[in-house]
Amino acid sequence: MDLQIIKRKNIFFIISSIVIIIGIIMMFVNGFNLGIDFTGGSIIQIDLGKTVSVDEIREITDEFDSNADIIHSGDERNEIIIKSSEDFSMDERMEIFNKIKEEYDLADDEPIRSEKIGPSIGEEIKKSSFIAIGLATVGMLIYITFRFEFKFGISAIIALIHDILVALSIYAIFNLQVNESFVAAMLTIVGYSINDTIVLFDRIRENLKSFKKAEYDKLIDTSISQTIIRSINTSFTTLLAIASLYIFGVEAIKGFALPLIIGVLIGTYSSIFIASPIWYILKTKTK
Amino acid sequence: MNVKKMIIFLLIVIIIVGGGYTAINGINIGKYEINSVRDSLNLGLELEGGVYVVLEGKTDATGEELDKKMKEAKAIIDQRVNGLGVTEPNIVIEGDNRIRVELPGVKNAEEAMDMIGKTAELQFIDAEENVVVTGEHVKEAEPMYIENSSTGQNTPVVSLAFNSEGAKLFKKATENAMSKPAGADRVVRIVLDGEEISTPEVGAVITDGKATIEGEFTIEEVTELATLISGGALPMEMEEVQSSTIGPTLGLTSLDKSIFAAGIGLILIFMFMLIVYRIPGLISIIALTIYVLLVLFTMVSINATLTLPGIAGLILSIGMAVDANVVIFERIKEDIKSGKSLRASVDSGFKKALSTVLDANITTLIAGIVLFNFGTGPVKGFAVTLIIGVIISMITAIFITRFLLKLFIGINITKNTKLFGA
Repeated sequence: MDLQIIKRKNIFFIISSIVIIIGIIMMFVNGFNLGIDFTGGSIIQIDLGKTVSVDEIREITDEFDSNADIIHSGDERNEIIIKSSEDFSMDERMEIFNKIKEEYDLADDEPIRSEKIGPSIGEEIKKSSFIAIGLATVGMLIYITFRFEFKFGISAIIALIHDILVALSIYAIFNLQVNESFVAAMLTIVGYSINDTIVLFDRIRENLKSFKKAEYDKLIDTSISQTIIRSINTSFTTLLAIASLYIFGVEAIKGFALPLIIGVLIGTYSSIFIASPIWYILKTKTK
Repeated sequence: MNVKKMIIFLLIVIIIVGGGYTAINGINIGKYEINSVRDSLNLGLELEGGVYVVLEGKTDATGEELDKKMKEAKAIIDQRVNGLGVTEPNIVIEGDNRIRVELPGVKNAEEAMDMIGKTAELQFIDAEENVVVTGEHVKEAEPMYIENSSTGQNTPVVSLAFNSEGAKLFKKATENAMSKPAGADRVVRIVLDGEEISTPEVGAVITDGKATIEGEFTIEEVTELATLISGGALPMEMEEVQSSTIGPTLGLTSLDKSIFAAGIGLILIFMFMLIVYRIPGLISIIALTIYVLLVLFTMVSINATLTLPGIAGLILSIGMAVDANVVIFERIKEDIKSGKSLRASVDSGFKKALSTVLDANITTLIAGIVLFNFGTGPVKGFAVTLIIGVIISMITAIFITRFLLKLFIGINITKNTKLFGA
């Protein structure tokens, strides 16, 4: 297989740059679609036993928060989810529930789900996640430097930062909701991308003996073609597992599977098209 | 064909199928009973249903003083939760000034949380607005029935016994009240968290340090009140900053659907491995089944809690377990293609793949350990399953897949390298 990845490396850099630049512009223009995990707010999910129009429910909820989001849920659309940016206490949520219970003569004594998140909590999850991911990155850099060399480590980490930026951009561009599962997606990217990159770098390290410095482009292309079937097969099997979660899982799991799918795809892409070319540049253009 | 090796191989398959069956359905042989994994595994609230609340201490205290107050508050909340009779509650101090209380499977979330978050500062206040005795002076508080003198009916009350200091203070207060003319001046108000719960008039000097709180109570209410009073007041006001109730049906559906989805996912992976890698694929199916069983077994035995982010960690680690096998099999394929014999290819394939598998897994493991130590909440749940998964994935790929593959080749059923994916 003659892949000529290195020859075309600029194409991949440009593709990624465009995605990231559009993403950053969108981040500034629109900001992120932050879920209540980050903004603070409340969610009440109620089983009504029948489909009730959103407007009808709104009549009841308006007195609490006229800006509340109301959507249908459940297999037969018999459930409603009320989302509000106000952080209603447990008592207030019960009051809203009881109003609806009275109106529709519900059998349940409690909503099937009812949540409130204070605004400061999201801020802390964000902060602690960033610190944790940052420290994990440093740890991996040290290990890769120790086992391979510093330039492999730096390339792997740049690919990782690329992945996180692309993921953030995709969220900004498509206005996907940033919530707790987004944090999990970021973590998956970190794990998956590094795993993929190491497998490829390991092969480059092994092939290093058989190539001269002037042939590093060939070295990388050969290594990629030797490992690409493995990359595709692995990503495909992982995607099989996540896709079945997306198709058969419940709402909460679905919201979770999508960012994972994005994470796996970006992780696979970057180890082949970003990490290796960067290592090539570091190796040939610097001392 | 080597019959001995064939028998060993079949035995292993039978044991694994048995293990898989036990994990899914549980088993009951005579007096030995093993629960299914589903019943044994600790599930996060979002999967099991239940309620949690995060309370934030409202205080200016910092450093050691804050620490002390938080520990005190936690101890009191522990006691209150015990009074609720919840199985496996989880109460932890989070950060500097927060306490997370998780009550799996609790109905009536509102009531439970009302009770847990109450400051429960009990005060006896005399007619001159002096606080005469407080909850701190209470040695014991119990729910009981007394006969109502006017109606003759049994009414639920809280019976209090003061400690010696409380008894003295209470005696003084009742003496003081008795010195006043009967009526409003003799009233001692009983106040809980600033709310008046009863206003008895003192009828005699009380010397034995005993008192009752009467009111329009049900037996449940006096039981709750007694638990609150004997547990003591929280050292500061606690505010609800986060709370969540997941109804048991939603939790159950989530879990069932997740298990079903995970099962389908595994079967698809198995089919893929079998089609692409044939005999090694079959071996990897056995190895991956062992892997899944080991992960579940480890989760149960260290009492880890499975959360939604935890499921993400599991999927990632399954991906890595499959990956380890794929890396090895691709290596073997390469070596077969380069003209080596089957046995030599398996040996050299494993040897070459070893460093890849180790480096990839150890790097991920480092990430997992850092995330576990520095992350909170969702990040921690993810890290736990990732760490367990990666360690076991390394072990199964390096030892079990290798052992099974060599055993199978030793059976000598076929030498057709096409069946090894080449």
